Amino acid sequence: MASLTELANPTRFMRYSAVLLPWFSGVALVLLALGFYLAFFVAPADYQQGETIRIMFVHVPAAWLALMFYTMMAISALGTLVWRHPLADVAQKAAAPIGAAFALICLITGAFWGKPMWGTYWVWDARLTSVLVLFLIYLGIMALWRTLDEPSRAGRAVAILTLVGFVNVPIIKFSVDWWNTLHQPASVFRMGGPTIDASMLWPLLILAIGFTLLALSLHLVAMRAEIMRRRVRTLTIFEAERLDRLAAEGAAA
Amino acid sequence: MIRAFLAILRRDLALATRAGGGGELALVFFLTLVVLVPFALGPDLNLLSRIGPAILWLGALLATLIGLDRLFQGDEEDGSLDLIRASVLPLELAVLAKGLAHWLTTGLPLALCAPLLGLLVALPGDAMLPVAATLLAGTPALSFIGATGAALTASLRRGGLIVPVLVAPLTVPVLIFGVSASNSALGGTIPFLTPFLILCALSLAAIVIGTIAAAAALRLAE
Repeated sequence: MASLTELANPTRFMRYSAVLLPWFSGVALVLLALGFYLAFFVAPADYQQGETIRIMFVHVPAAWLALMFYTMMAISALGTLVWRHPLADVAQKAAAPIGAAFALICLITGAFWGKPMWGTYWVWDARLTSVLVLFLIYLGIMALWRTLDEPSRAGRAVAILTLVGFVNVPIIKFSVDWWNTLHQPASVFRMGGPTIDASMLWPLLILAIGFTLLALSLHLVAMRAEIMRRRVRTLTIFEAERLDRLAAEGAAA
Repeated sequence: MIRAFLAILRRDLALATRAGGGGELALVFFLTLVVLVPFALGPDLNLLSRIGPAILWLGALLATLIGLDRLFQGDEEDGSLDLIRASVLPLELAVLAKGLAHWLTTGLPLALCAPLLGLLVALPGDAMLPVAATLLAGTPALSFIGATGAALTASLRRGGLIVPVLVAPLTVPVLIFGVSASNSALGGTIPFLTPFLILCALSLAAIVIGTIAAAAALRLAE
């Protein structure tokens, strides 16, 4: 918690993130290269699903990250509303497009996998539909960011929407499960250990960590860009006010 | 406090029902939507009666969401929202009153008219009452989830499409259980009461969450 308070100073955040960023992105690149090598050349084809199983190495981390980023946004929303952390809404704004992108990657890779396996790009199965609704919620949040100009006000409004969405996501998941189910049940995180073979689990885990670091690097870059954008905005307003004042003085004189 | 609550409720009801209030517009929109569907699908009565509950539910959902952006905007523009904020009444109760008024002028008439419109989509007679009952139980959830979206965009000059975009994904559970309860009344293995009770639970939860979230949004938008 102490470190979070320390990071509340944007200048300090810029300094720390500048140090962290090359490490995050570097390790992400190495892990992704290693993971993709293992996934494409070392891991065997599945005895049932054949080569299409390799899509899963992207699909599964994307699904995890789509959920992780939404959770992160909900925590940031609490940071905005409860703790008034000055960078929380920056973190939240930067996270939305990244989470949406991973949700979209998850949907698209899922469609590519579904065509040979289920014989169709899209089925209205419970899990697919939940991710699609999550994607729509992401889009709504991004739309709300765009419609409100003033950053701090937009931040609080989006924080409320994010939290309402966060309460709703499990309800949506539950009701969509009720509605229809075809997707296979979870096979990595479950009681009694993973059911997938180690030769596939390792590349999957390496890629998952690699994608997570990649997403975090993107997040840091987006946060830095947003802080810069706000500084430019503030400077522009100051400059405009100064010119206004000058003009008023000139008129008075 | 009760008096202030009732005053807001009475004022919103009067505003909606008098000429130019737009309370009846949702109903006309509902009718139009239900009429449009057969033109898109063809006049096959068997098909229409099978998807009848779905059409009625979709119509009710859209009719509720389309007008929602005005829920707080008018009050924001003429300043009465500031008076409400400054009054002794907690903002949550004021939102509750406005949400209730919204439901009484849109959700309730929609539910009452649903059996009539059910005739247009060849809904079987014994399904009329259950469909109306699901709409009656489910539309409060739509009003109050929507109130959150309306409160978030209260200060926008042109809310327009943003409220439905924000709110529609959150209404998925209500739609699922509303239609599923209606369909179980038409036959099938699930007893009517199971999805219907979940629908009631969703409505109750939405009233609580929606009221608190909308009040928070209005408070922050000052």
